[in-house]
Amino acid sequence: MPEAAARLAPMAQSASEEPRIAIRNLDFYYGATKALKSVSIDFLDRQTTAMIGPSGCGKSTLLRVLNRMYDLYPGQRAEGEVMLDGENIIAPGMDINRLRRRVGMVFQKPTPFPKSIYENVAFGVRLHERLSRSAMDERVESSLVRAALWGEVKDKLNNSALALSGGQQQRLCIARTIAVKPQVILLDEPTSALDPISTLKIEQLIEELKRDFTIIIVTHNMQQAGRCADRVAFFYLGEVVEVADATQMFTAPRERRTQEYITGRFG
Amino acid sequence: MPDESRHILTSFEADLGRLRDMIAAMGGLVETELADATAALLSRDAVMAARVVEFDARVDAEERAIEQFAIRVLALRQPVADDLRQVVAALKVTTDLERIGDYAANVAKRTIILNEAVPAYPLASLAQMSRLVQENLKSTIDAIGEADPQKAMAVWRADQMIDDLYTTIFRELITYMMEDPRNISACTHLLFIAKNLERIGDHATNVAELTYYAATGETLPDNRPKGDLSATYMPRTDT
Repeated sequence: MPEAAARLAPMAQSASEEPRIAIRNLDFYYGATKALKSVSIDFLDRQTTAMIGPSGCGKSTLLRVLNRMYDLYPGQRAEGEVMLDGENIIAPGMDINRLRRRVGMVFQKPTPFPKSIYENVAFGVRLHERLSRSAMDERVESSLVRAALWGEVKDKLNNSALALSGGQQQRLCIARTIAVKPQVILLDEPTSALDPISTLKIEQLIEELKRDFTIIIVTHNMQQAGRCADRVAFFYLGEVVEVADATQMFTAPRERRTQEYITGRFG
Repeated sequence: MPDESRHILTSFEADLGRLRDMIAAMGGLVETELADATAALLSRDAVMAARVVEFDARVDAEERAIEQFAIRVLALRQPVADDLRQVVAALKVTTDLERIGDYAANVAKRTIILNEAVPAYPLASLAQMSRLVQENLKSTIDAIGEADPQKAMAVWRADQMIDDLYTTIFRELITYMMEDPRNISACTHLLFIAKNLERIGDHATNVAELTYYAATGETLPDNRPKGDLSATYMPRTDT
């Protein structure tokens, strides 16, 4: 085990609750503005962690750090340690393409490519792997099955993805993400553009996916955090105020600021 | 009847199922506690009575576990409609079941004392009353398990017979006490035992009312038929 990971090992709550991602003293800057202030948090393997907090609290910024999306923007930089399986992913030598295969992202609005349903799923796989036609068919099918979309699209895989409903498009984006077999899935308000039933289908999907992936979800919807997260982290003004299991967070949070935010007494 | 359709979130479905199972399990514990308490009373078995007193701690622990779980479901699931009624009813039902357990334990405690102090005491009417109370409690717990409002309403109505029997026992014991003051301490314990059984019947009707509400969304009327007239009974001593 690399030295840094070994140092962090005592943070794990138990053998079955190993952190997949361990962040220590992470600072993030948009130019001169410090958006994350010495953030330390673990994301446990095969668990769903929800990040909640008011707009501008840093939760989406943290997601952008986790797959180095900020690299696309000059002037943005991260300092500290973000260990994924013992590797500091914000270190300069990190292979970004490899990282993004390991850490998949689903956005607020569904972002299907203007291609067929099949191609949407196969596209990312082709960037990383060379599969035979039948192996690719299999990968596309299994990804769509796991994203709970296969039954609805199996007879129209060559139709345009843009013809699907919003909820179906979002599940397609999830299928596209899991097709490259990541370790971590980041979801940035994945249901805020969806109706309640589509929302519950995505939440059910998250429930099933967490058996195999580490899931980190940013949500403005506290009820959603309660429904689908094992652990909840409350961010405020770029800091982690409190991380607790969901029951603790929503029945007896320890911090007064958390209490005020989740009960709607803020400000 | 419970809604046959299922929730999209399977974990929510599982939570509600688990809550039902926990209530059923607690109901089973309380049934056992009452059955053992009355068996100990009728067979004058102090050892069994002592076991009942100890057993009550398990019922109390189960109540706390259900409370915590129901609070978790409320906090994380924000149930509405029949789901909400089910969780709120579960919270209240556990309180009633816990009280039933307390009354059963109290019957057992008095059984121990009676056995030490008195060689024999009249039990025929109490045997009949305890049988009725146990039947009612069993039907109540079945009604919860089946979420059956009709069964719940039947329990609710049947409590009147328990009240009638209680009034009869009350009069009977007062007669014994008037006959011979040496009967007073034993009869006082028996009177409390009868009152405990009568209260268990009342709590069973509470559970029935909650079950009816959870299943239908409607409350049963306030004017349940009541037969306990002991509160207004005074024997004539001037003749």
